[in-house]
Parts: sequence; structure tokens; C-alpha cells
Amino acid sequence: MEKAQYLRLLYQMLLIRRFEEKCAEMYAKTNIRGFLHLYIGEEAVAVGVTQALAGDDYVLATYREHGHALARGMDAGAIMAEMYGKQEGCSRGRGGSMHLFDGQKLCGGNAIVAGHLSMAVGMALAAKKQQQNRIACCFFGEGAAAEGEFHEAMNLAALWQVPVLFVCENNYYAMGTALRFSHAVQELEKKGPAYGIETAVADGMDVLAVERAAREAVEKVRAAGKPYFLVCNTYRFRAHSMFDAELYRDKSEVEEWKKRDPIPRLSDFLLTKKVITEQDIEDLENRVAAEVQKAVDFAEGGTWEPVEQLTKFVYSSD
Amino acid sequence: MIEFRMPSLGADMEAGTLREWKVKPGDTVERGDIIADVETMKGIIEIEVFDAGVVEQLLVKEDEKVPVGTVMALIRPAGETAAPKPAERHVYETFKSIVNVKEEIPPVPAPAHEGLRASPLARRIAAENHLDLTTVQGSGEGGAITREDVEKAIAERDIRLKPRPAEPAPTPAASTENIRMAVAAAMSKSNREIPHYYLETSIDMSKALAWLAGANRQRPVAKRLLPVVLLIKATAKALREFPDLNAVWENGLQRKAEINIGFVISLRTGGLIVPAIRNADKKSPDDLMETLTDLIPRARALKLRSSELSESTITLTSLGDDGADAVFGVIYPPQVAIVGFGGIREQPVAENGLIGVRPVLRATLAGDHRATDGLTGSRFLAALQQLLQQPETL
Amino acid sequence: MGDKTGILITYREALKQALREALLSDERVFLLGEDVGRYGGAFAVSKGLLQEFGPERIMDVPLSESGFTGAGIGAALAGMRPIVEVMTVNFSLLAMDQIVNNAATLLHMSGGQLNVPVVIRMGCGIGRQLAAQHSHSWEPLYAHIPGLIVLSVGTHEDARGMLLSALKSPDPVVIFEYTYMLNLEKEIPADAGAVDITRAKVRREGRDISIITYGAGVYKALDAAAELAAAGIEAEVLDLRVLRPLDEASVIASVAKTHRALVVEEAWRSGGIAAEISARIMEKAFYELDAPVQRLCGVEVPIPYPKHLEDASVPQIADIVNAVKKMIKP
Repeated sequence: MEKAQYLRLLYQMLLIRRFEEKCAEMYAKTNIRGFLHLYIGEEAVAVGVTQALAGDDYVLATYREHGHALARGMDAGAIMAEMYGKQEGCSRGRGGSMHLFDGQKLCGGNAIVAGHLSMAVGMALAAKKQQQNRIACCFFGEGAAAEGEFHEAMNLAALWQVPVLFVCENNYYAMGTALRFSHAVQELEKKGPAYGIETAVADGMDVLAVERAAREAVEKVRAAGKPYFLVCNTYRFRAHSMFDAELYRDKSEVEEWKKRDPIPRLSDFLLTKKVITEQDIEDLENRVAAEVQKAVDFAEGGTWEPVEQLTKFVYSSD
Repeated sequence: MIEFRMPSLGADMEAGTLREWKVKPGDTVERGDIIADVETMKGIIEIEVFDAGVVEQLLVKEDEKVPVGTVMALIRPAGETAAPKPAERHVYETFKSIVNVKEEIPPVPAPAHEGLRASPLARRIAAENHLDLTTVQGSGEGGAITREDVEKAIAERDIRLKPRPAEPAPTPAASTENIRMAVAAAMSKSNREIPHYYLETSIDMSKALAWLAGANRQRPVAKRLLPVVLLIKATAKALREFPDLNAVWENGLQRKAEINIGFVISLRTGGLIVPAIRNADKKSPDDLMETLTDLIPRARALKLRSSELSESTITLTSLGDDGADAVFGVIYPPQVAIVGFGGIREQPVAENGLIGVRPVLRATLAGDHRATDGLTGSRFLAALQQLLQQPETL
Repeated sequence: MGDKTGILITYREALKQALREALLSDERVFLLGEDVGRYGGAFAVSKGLLQEFGPERIMDVPLSESGFTGAGIGAALAGMRPIVEVMTVNFSLLAMDQIVNNAATLLHMSGGQLNVPVVIRMGCGIGRQLAAQHSHSWEPLYAHIPGLIVLSVGTHEDARGMLLSALKSPDPVVIFEYTYMLNLEKEIPADAGAVDITRAKVRREGRDISIITYGAGVYKALDAAAELAAAGIEAEVLDLRVLRPLDEASVIASVAKTHRALVVEEAWRSGGIAAEISARIMEKAFYELDAPVQRLCGVEVPIPYPKHLEDASVPQIADIVNAVKKMIKP
């Protein structure tokens, strides 16, 4: 792998991390409202998987999707402005943190758990019918795998043989309910073969491992036009949402997982192999800090949509 | 100096209780450090600091509950080496309230033809009172005729020679202030809602008083009858023939089976109280006297049962011999009539071509014009007069 | 007479006390829902109950709304008294098949053999900037369904009492709770308990106009009525409480008294509860009306995220005041 590609991975993960730390601050200061779900700790999954996708592939994510939006190259300013509720936001401020959209890069920001899995199947079906080379990539948490929608979507995708990549971001907690309390079979990778879907597992704390697994998966999906199930085991370092006392897990468990933080893991690896220098990392940090600041400035300089436009975007003719 | 404030951790968090400071003045903090534990309704949450520097002062004590946004500590910013502090122009900005846009309430459609605009209630009242709506000016939305317009028109049409009423009616209550307020409310409601008509007749009381004098001679002092007993009994008996006056107006006229006379008692402290004399038409004059002897002191002591205050089906007010010549009552809603008696006065009376002096009583009726018309009221007063000419039958 | 001393209590605490009382008084009662146990309740309503009653009676469930709601219905059929908690009304749509096709129909389909004494509580309402997939007022969707009893918890008194009465019902009860009010403190009697769940309730007497509302509209209407009183307008506030079956008699009685009606709800205008109330007034009290019935409803838009647009999408106190003034003094 080229140094530039390594730096790209590191840069994207750092950008997500610092951007979200700023989000937490802006939430505490009431500039961001509603629910705010941070992806901190899980960056390797979105960054690793999106490396394998083409620009015109469909990407659908959950309400914990800031990382996916940034990894797909959406503008940090437009995302921050969305969280501020400003009309310069990527969804014109209508969606907020849970509903980031970009016509080309990201189909949400979906906050009904597992609701977007069958939509991903439908997008893949459309690509197949139109004989396009696109695939649909759908991110969801392990909590979603308990929903009927998950099982229906898996079956449909396999039945219809459509090019969809299901990426399960297993962070072990559905809100506050641990995997062992929500799944009778906790090896999520066993659920793919039950539907005849090829399945793999990746270490979701290792961006290089995720990227490798994703490239293999995407190649197969695209070549064979079949579904694929990729399970990435990962961990969120932060609470479920900002307002969460984390009564359901031990601090020691969190500390243990932090030792596997994907960002130092990659940077240490690259420093050890002398692919990059400390100076490279400092440069990246500065670049990221500037970009985050630019995003905040953009959001704060944004404007409120006039209240007279309240009923816009209900019908396409409006 | 950087102000560290109680953070907002959720859209539904309004305040938090500081449980523990993790730092003390003089400590150096880095961005992201946990500096306090705050208890919320969701439990204890660790609070991070977003700036680097040295803790200068802790302003909130442990176990103190403060609203989101309260300054909890002062932090002296780190030196030149610290990360540049972003300009925060919008910290704690609250949303300005913006005038709400709502879906326009759809405009009331213009009348389809040149027809009259009147509310259903106004139309109903007009029909009941034989009022021609085309003569009424509407004051409602788009010139629609409302109940108020109709009632005003009826009142104007029915202008009587009589002065406006002065005598209010009943009320349940426990204190004199409450009684005053209750009278005020009931009378205002009556005046606002009930289209009154007024009738008056003069009654020769000589036969009644003569009978009374005879009857009292056979009774011990404590059991002697007052003239008002005859008035109550005569009113009650007359009402049997005119059930439309012994009624309430609630979603239309509702006749009452029992004839319960609400008897107006003035309180010495001001105000009125109106206990019911139940089934007055079935009580003998002696029974009625006994009832009054029991009721009046209890009423003045405000010791009536609430049922006694709520059961009357018509009101009777009698001013007594010290009172004015006549009284025009205000109906106690939802009743539909009030009977009034003035003082008994010696007056010249022409009879069979001769003038004599007789004790005369002026009896009045105020009726709810929604419920009855003047003809009914007039016949009632005539019946009352007849009954008082045959006191022995009472 | 019990203890009528007032105690100050949050809506959240009132709901929790009702849950506790229900669990203590009937061992067939158990609570199942997403994050009701270890997390402490998505909105902290059930915080501490797992520790007190144990995991057999406070059951965390996977994200399987249709599944666990169906399981609640099954358990009710088989002799238990489950309380199913659905985190938000939006998520309840995944369970709606179970509620509508099973809970509401089994009694009828079985010719009266199977009744379903299940209680389904759900958080709902608007006002926390949770956007279009986490905040709505969808009571009318459920109020449309025969076979369900649909309750709307508009006051602290009802937060404390409705659940207890619902558990006595032989038929399925859906209870709407308003997340926006959870932190709100009000006084209720210290001995507050089960309340009637068949009648609407006049929350404030008035003679000039009836403001008919429910849920999040109740306190708003009361605040508006207080403001109107200062302007010499005596508004009556009728809290519907029971959205199915509707207490039509109370609506008609109030309108017969005031001769004007403004119906206020946060739900969308088309096909809502206000539409139903308005129609019933036309049918049963037309000749009592001194002005056209008016409605103040949610604007027909999915709930937007920004505060100013969210506020503009549902009736606020000032809107109620203005609408009443316009009706009384055109």
C-alpha cells in the first residue's frame, strides 16, 4: 500500500474523531440538540469499508452516521451546519444529526433500526434491473439483527440475488442492551449462511483488516451480483447518546477496548514500519483541526430557514 | 478566563446535581479530561472539559443542583502552547422565538346565496321567540348573527313598562364573601343569558288576612302563621296548573316533577341565601310554617345542607311589610321564573262601583321568555290571585 | 377520604410510581420493553425497577418491536398482565401489525372467547428536536381501531393513575405518554391512585368557549385559558383523556354550555381526533353552536429538526389564545 493511502486512512479516522469531539462540545453548549450518537471508537469500520466502494455505489447508514458521511467525502461544514439546524446543512437542517443525506454519497441517516436494510435491497435490485455496475452497501448495528426487518432483507437479497453488501457494525450494545441479552446466537456471522449468503468477519478495530475484508467482499458482490454479509466487531468508546449514564457496562471494559483504539493502532504501526513520521501525524492533526474549525465557522455563519417555508419538502411539487 | 458551565447532555436535561469535583483549584486540565461527576435523572454521568488550562476556582459546591448553562468553574487558559481556542460566538445562544406560521385557518366560505348568516344557536333562539332574523344586525365573524345579537333583539322587542329588576336570587356558599360572589355570578349569568319578561297583578288580601287572624287565634304563639306561608302555598298550588314555570332551561325546557320553592332569605351581613322548601304544594300551612321556623335561623347561620340549596325549581321572594311596594326578580338560572311579593298596603280599591280601602299585595312574575310567553305568566298570576281569595282551601 | 395533601412530583416520577404500584399489587404484572432494565429506561421512567423487581419482571428485550409486542399479547391471552413499553410511537409502527391485527381483533374473531388484557405504553410527542423518525403525535392512528382502548396521559394525575386502571381492563389498552413533559413538576394528592378511564374531564370550568384537547395540549390549553381569563374570556378546558371510545357526552355537554368549540391537538389535521370531535359536535350539538367549530392541529409536515420549525409545526399557547379571541371577538 502506498504511503498516501495509509495517510488517507489515518486522516479520515482522525477527522471523524476530532469532528465528533467537537460535536460533543457543541452539544454540551446547546448548539446541537436532539439526539447525538457518537461513532468514536468505531471509525475503522466506516473508513475501511468505504475505501472499497465506488463513488456511485449506494451507501445507507444508521443514526450513528457522522463517520460514514465524512468517509464518503461529504463536506464537514455541511454536516456541522445540519447538526446546528441551519439551512446550509446537508439536509437543509431538516434532519439533524440522525438524518445526514447527500444525493450522491449517502442515503441517510436512518433512525428506525433496521428500516433501511430492505431499502438497500431495493436499491440493489434497481441496479440489477438497470444492468448498472453499482452495488448497495448497508451499515447497521448488531441490535438491528434482532429485528424482523433484518431477516426479511437477508432472505430477499439472497432470493433475488442482488448486489448488496450488508455490514454489521457489532459494537456489542444495542443502546444499553448487551449482545448476550439480545441474541440467542451471538456469533452474528452465523446468520448469513442461514440464508445462503457468503459471510466474513473482520476486526473492526483494525482499519487495514476492515479494508482488506471489504475489498474482497465488494469485488464478489460486484462480480457475482450477489449479497454478502460482513461482520465487523468493534466498540463505541462513548455513551450510546450524550444522555446516557452507562449503567449497563463497566468502565474497565471500556478501558480495555480503548487499548485497541484504531487510530493509535494504525499510526503506531506506520511509525514502527517507518512509513510515516511524527511530523506527518502532527501535520494531519493540524489539517484536521483546521477543517473542524472551518466546519464550526461555517455552521455558525449559517442561517435559519424562514419559518414560512415550514411545509416545504412534503411533496415534490412544493 | 474560561467559564466552565453545566453542560447539556440531553435535549430533556434541564439541570444536573454536581456530585463530585474530580479537580481542585490549581490543577491543570486538558481538553477531554473528566472534571466532575454530575447526577441526572439517568444516573451519574462523567463531565468532560473542552478547554485546556489551570482550574482557577470552583463555583458550585458538591450536591448542589444547578440549571444547564450555570457557570461551575473558572479555568485560566493554558499558555501559548495550548491548542488555539476557537472563537465561540454562539455559546449558549438560545433560539429566538420566531413568529409561528400555522396553516391558515381556512377562511369561512362566503354564503352560497344572499341568505342570512346566523349561527345555528341564534336561529334556534330566534325561532323559539318568533323573532324575524332579517331584522337583526349580526356582530359575528363576517357579519353573522350570534346568540348575543338575537337575545339583544328579543329584549328590545319585549321592552316592558317595568323598571329593570332589582332583586337577585339564591346561592350556595359557606361564607358571606363567597355568597356575594356567587350572587354576582348567578345574577350576571341570568342577566346575560335569560331574556326576562315581567308581569304584575294586584291582589286583594282582605280574605286571606281575615282567615289568618282566625286561624292564629286557635294556635299558641309559637305556632302562629305568617302571611308569607299563604303566599308560598298559593304559589305552589298555582304552579301545579302551570308546569312550564316550574322547570329549568337546560338544552330546552325541562319540567320538574316536584314543586320545590326556593325561598329568598336576606342575610344580615348582606347577600342572599335561597333554601328550597320541598314539595311545598303538598305541605299544609302549619307544615310550611314549621319548615320556615327551621330554615330561617339555619340559613342565617349558614348551616344549610347543600341539597337544600340546590333543589329549588322556582324562586319566591317576599319583601315583607317593611319592604318596597313591588319587586321584579332576576331569575336564578337554570330556573325559568321568579315570583315576587311586595309589602301589603292599605289602598283604595274600586269594587262594584264603590271605593273601599283594602289590604293590597302587588305580586309579580319574571319569566324566562325562552321557556314561556307572557300569556302563560299572566294566567299563572290570575290563578294565584284566585287561590288567595279562598284561603281556607289552602 | 384519603390523604389530600399535595405532593410535588414530576411526570416521570408519577409514571414510575404507577409502574411500581402495579408490580407490587399483582404478581401477574411484568414490564417488557427495550432498555427498560439495565439501561434504566430510555427516558429513565423505569430506572431502579430492575434492581427492585428482578429480571423476571423487568424484561429487557431485543430490538424486535413486533416480536415482543406479540409476545405481550400472547402472555396476556395466557393469564399474565404484561405491560409492553414501546420506546417511541415511531417504533410502534413495527408493532402495529400485532396491535391491530391481533390484540384488537381476537375477541371478535373468536366470537368472544379470547380477550386480550395487555397494556401497551408508548412515549410520544413533539418538542425535543428529535426530528421526523423519533417524534410524532400518532394517537389518531390507534384511536381509529375498534377493539382498542386508547388513553392519552395529559396530566400528572393521569400519569399516576391511568396505568392502574388500564391493567384492570379485560381488553387491550394503548397508553400514550408525552416525553416532553417528563421533567415537568406538578402537584398531585399524596394518595393519588387509579383514575377513571372512561370519561373526559373538565380541567377548568368556563362559560364562553370549550377548548377540547388531550395529551400535550392539556397544559397548553390551561395556560392559554389563564391568559384568556385575564382578558375577560372564560374558557372551559376539556381533557378528552380517552381517545377511544370517545366520551361524546362530555363533549356535547360542554358545547351545550359554552356554544363555541376550539379543538386543539398536536397530531396532523387531516383525519385526526379534532376532525372526529368536530364531526360529532355537528351531529349532536349543531343547534347549540354560536360559531363554527375551529381546529388547531399539527401542521402537516414530518417533524423538522430545528427548534424554530419544530415549534411552528404544533399549536403553541399563543396560537390557542389568538384562535379563541378570534372566535369570540371577531
